[in-house]
Amino acid sequence: MLANYGNVGLFLVVAVLFAITTILLPVFLRYFRIVPHKPNPVKNSPYECGMETAGKTWVQFNFRYYFYALIFVALDVMVFFLYLFAVGLREIKIFGLIEIAVFVLVIAVGYIYAWKKKVLEWK
Amino acid sequence: MSLLDTSPINWATTGTLSPDWPGGYWLHWVVFTIIILVFVLAMVMGFIYIERRFVARIQSRLGPNRAGLFGLLQPVFDAIKVLVKEDIVPAGGDKLVHWWAPVVAFVPALMIFVVIPFQDGALLADLNIGILYVVAVGSVGMVGVFMAGWGSNNKYSVIGAMRAVAQIITYEIPLGLAIISVVLLSGSLSLNEIVNSQNIPFILLQPLGFLIYFVSACAELNRTPFDLLEADSEIVAGYHIEYSGMKFAIFYLAEYIEALAVSAIITALFLSGWRGPLLPPWLWFLIKVVVVFMFIVWVRGTIPRLRVDHAMALSWKFLLPVALLNLFITSIEVILWPLVLPWPIILLNLAIMVVLILLWSRFFKLGGGRVEV
Repeated sequence: MLANYGNVGLFLVVAVLFAITTILLPVFLRYFRIVPHKPNPVKNSPYECGMETAGKTWVQFNFRYYFYALIFVALDVMVFFLYLFAVGLREIKIFGLIEIAVFVLVIAVGYIYAWKKKVLEWK
Repeated sequence: MSLLDTSPINWATTGTLSPDWPGGYWLHWVVFTIIILVFVLAMVMGFIYIERRFVARIQSRLGPNRAGLFGLLQPVFDAIKVLVKEDIVPAGGDKLVHWWAPVVAFVPALMIFVVIPFQDGALLADLNIGILYVVAVGSVGMVGVFMAGWGSNNKYSVIGAMRAVAQIITYEIPLGLAIISVVLLSGSLSLNEIVNSQNIPFILLQPLGFLIYFVSACAELNRTPFDLLEADSEIVAGYHIEYSGMKFAIFYLAEYIEALAVSAIITALFLSGWRGPLLPPWLWFLIKVVVVFMFIVWVRGTIPRLRVDHAMALSWKFLLPVALLNLFITSIEVILWPLVLPWPIILLNLAIMVVLILLWSRFFKLGGGRVEV
């Protein structure tokens, strides 16, 4: 099994090299004057429908995303426990099913509470 | 005994396949690395052509038909054109993040193919956590998308990146739950064994799981019903607005590689992978992948873009609870009727799907009116 992960790791190296070479290819071709490189202030300015950009860019954040992220953390952890349950269901039978049902119910209470508190609405 | 175990093959005794399928360890690795790279690049070229022609047909146009026979060389010429374009990093942008973002978005998409079986045992690494690996690695690409939006110093990009993160987070959970309902039936996480346990394609036993997976996967791909993050009419092009030349091409490529990966995973999970009569297995695999992709393109050509609150509500209020219910119904079925013939179960599951969808759609209403984004 470890040998398999070795394969994955080696493929990761190949994939990263492939991506980096592809991106650096135009930089290389620039020296042969195949790819143009003539920057000027207008060309390099951030695109905003032709207007001069006003204010800072890195300030915008909709607070809605924060709630979704919080619910996501709880539910995603639950999903990863369910993977283990799904693989072992044939062995743990009905006892395991009841146990995991209780576990899901505990999280479902939080989920229903969030729904009732209108956290899931996008306003 | 599994729900579907009617064949004499017993995977408990055969165990996992040894990594040296064609020869030694290194030969195996070299052969499959080349196969994956060639397969991915060739199929992406094909997919770009198929999508442009097929969408054109849906919209009563011809599509690209000048370059080469039937326009078949169009993707090649596009690649050459994009190679000689000037590369621009916007002023005030984070240069390092801007350069690394395409790599971070591209590599995870390619890494998914490590565990996808092209034939019985014909895969680079038969990990015993196969599908979990796909879920884990597949979502890393989102970091690249966010880096692209953040590093561009552009307001549209940042909005697009925020939306991308919110959308992928939202649809991650129904996606995982739909996969779990398949894992319940197969009893294994390895994609090769999931395919081997499908004497009947799981789309028949898990119609609801398939629907949930398909919708969530379309959302993860950011394709048209869910392309909020690059909505042209709202935020121009979203996260890759400041990208040009080869870096843009890498993003474009990553998007199609993800589409290819999702088609291949749907094939393996729900359409019994490489299995099929008469034709050789790899050909069945290719046919199924192309058919699934054409279905995705069909959805893209038919359904208009969702509004952001609708896209969120669909996942949080509909797909997630329905997927959970489907999961428990499936696990009860697996425990109660492990040996029963599958045909009654297929009909039962179809009925359950219809009832659940009809019932649950009464629980919430998608509101009209204006929405602040």
